[in-house]
Amino acid sequence: MEQLLDGFATALTPTHLLLAAIGVLLGTAIGVLPGIGPAMAVALLLPVTYGMEPTGAFIMFAGIYYGGMFGGSTTSILLNTPGESAAVVAAFEGNPMARKGRGAQALAAAAIGHFTGGIIGTILIVLLAPFVAKHAVDIGAPDLFAVMVLAFIAVTSVLGASRIRGFASLLIGLTIGLVGLDEMTGQQRLTFGSLHLADGIDIVVVAVALFAVGEALWVAAHLRRKPFEPIPVGRPWLSRADLKRTWKPWLRGPVIGFPFGAIPAGGAEIPTFLSYVTEKRLSKHKDEFGKGAIEGVAGPESTASASAAGTLVTMLTLGLPTTAVAAVMLAAFQQYGIQPGPLLFQRESGLVWALIASLFIGLTLLLVLNLPLAPLWAKLLRIPRPYLYAGILFFASVGAYAVNADIFDLLLMFVIGLLGFGMRRYGLPVLPAIIGVILGPAAEQQMRRSLQLSDGSLTGLVNSPMAIIVYVVIVLILFFPLIKRFLPKPPAAAEPEREKVDA
Amino acid sequence: MTTVTKPERRSWLRDHSELGICALLVVLGVLVLTDALRIPTDFAQRGPVGPKAVPILVGSLLLLVAALLARDVLRGGRGEAEAGEDVDLSAPADWRTVLLLCGAFLANAVLIGVVGFPISGAILFWGAAYALGSRNPVRDPLLAAGLSIFTFVVFNNLLGVPLPGGPLMEVF
Repeated sequence: MEQLLDGFATALTPTHLLLAAIGVLLGTAIGVLPGIGPAMAVALLLPVTYGMEPTGAFIMFAGIYYGGMFGGSTTSILLNTPGESAAVVAAFEGNPMARKGRGAQALAAAAIGHFTGGIIGTILIVLLAPFVAKHAVDIGAPDLFAVMVLAFIAVTSVLGASRIRGFASLLIGLTIGLVGLDEMTGQQRLTFGSLHLADGIDIVVVAVALFAVGEALWVAAHLRRKPFEPIPVGRPWLSRADLKRTWKPWLRGPVIGFPFGAIPAGGAEIPTFLSYVTEKRLSKHKDEFGKGAIEGVAGPESTASASAAGTLVTMLTLGLPTTAVAAVMLAAFQQYGIQPGPLLFQRESGLVWALIASLFIGLTLLLVLNLPLAPLWAKLLRIPRPYLYAGILFFASVGAYAVNADIFDLLLMFVIGLLGFGMRRYGLPVLPAIIGVILGPAAEQQMRRSLQLSDGSLTGLVNSPMAIIVYVVIVLILFFPLIKRFLPKPPAAAEPEREKVDA
Repeated sequence: MTTVTKPERRSWLRDHSELGICALLVVLGVLVLTDALRIPTDFAQRGPVGPKAVPILVGSLLLLVAALLARDVLRGGRGEAEAGEDVDLSAPADWRTVLLLCGAFLANAVLIGVVGFPISGAILFWGAAYALGSRNPVRDPLLAAGLSIFTFVVFNNLLGVPLPGGPLMEVF
């Protein structure tokens, strides 16, 4: 508690407050821009913080993160075209509301939902993270390796339509992660004698290339010549009747969102959908669902925000990113030579608590700034597409060049960007590749350390109860399609909607 | 049974163009494996598992996944192209735009060291906007120059992230 207050003291200095506000505004603005999700927003904004000290940089990131998520749902509601998976559900009810002239109410329900879900989620971080970190210190190399394998299997199996394509993406990521000097022996791997490659491929270059360059090229190939017309909105507000319908969904959201965010199951996609189904079942206005029921916006948005908080717990205490945004944030930590993990709360306690305090501040700023600014954000949706994607390429180049001031990185980004283009064309999900690049080298270290301790015997990987449990979970996930055949069929009611989400 | 004519073969290839991804995975797999095999392990190795083990694993899995993906594609499986706000999948791919965009991107990479970021960045932005269909002869270059110089000043002077100024900035 005392540490949290210290954190607030750090975060509330004028400079840091200003950085948080800039982060929220930049994050929202970039998140609202069509085609840019929170992960790309964070990746593109990374270079802005290169010259800053870590605390200020992460305070700004916290703002960008939540701002980007809120921006994504604005696009969903006003354009009916979600830019990222967490905002898919917001379009179900949010867009019909906007078409009925209740766009302002939909945005308000989303904004307050984000605020509530985020605040509850952040309180849970404060309560849980030190506890998890304390116990995670005892986690050995075999356990960490098992958890990382779980993350690999989960992102490839739980998300996306095709497992084999998920695995292909993961392996591409692992290959990119192999490039450079082996950390234990200093042997060159996949460097082909190049000095540039001996340092490894910078994760920022990979992230920006896959998210931004790949996306820009992909959109260029299929550019919609007539962009969607966004629905104009006024200033968001909620009537008493609306509030009566939304307060419970706001509070229910975190219950679903937070745990799902904390486990490596792909972030907000599944919990927001679960929240939607729950709200539909519990609502007194079932007939309105599909035509603009405000509960269907409030619940999932609160869920999405709380799941973002859950993601942070896993990322900070175990060093394990469960979503693309967390993966990019982890890369940002590594830029400063800080390794998130069990020891982070001891070694960088000032930084961590300032970051957590700034999550509260960022969420409050988000609510205060974004409710009045909503009509302005809506205007951003009209930006001419050539300028938008030219701008994405422009800032991607700035980011990749700024990492090492090396033209080689620009060429590397181009090649990986082409790869990202091909992956989008053939339905290879991008997230497993990013997770592979970031966690691959760490997983290799843990595995080799475990085997070193056991003198090469493979039993060294399964010598703790935790590792065994994790491997059982992995086997269950891997063989779930087989197991499902023997299970009784789930109630038919949920099925058609599920398909709608997958489409 | 019909004889395979040329256009038919071409359309078969188009329908199964995803096999290109398999080929890419095979190339990557072979590359990783050959590279792993040439790592000398007789010295500097600590512990029972050397620097070879993981590359060999990854390389083999790449080949395995390539084979499984090829089987999936030949059996009629298709990767779902990614949809998006500005993506119109009903139209065929517009390769001219993609190539022009690549050109603008590479022009920046080539020029940044020679003429500096303010100029090469402006060329990148203008070129990319042109490639994507913007044809305003006044607004486009002005916007490109403004954005490029603004970004240079903000990053180089305010944020402490050095970018090459080039001859243009030496004048000031």
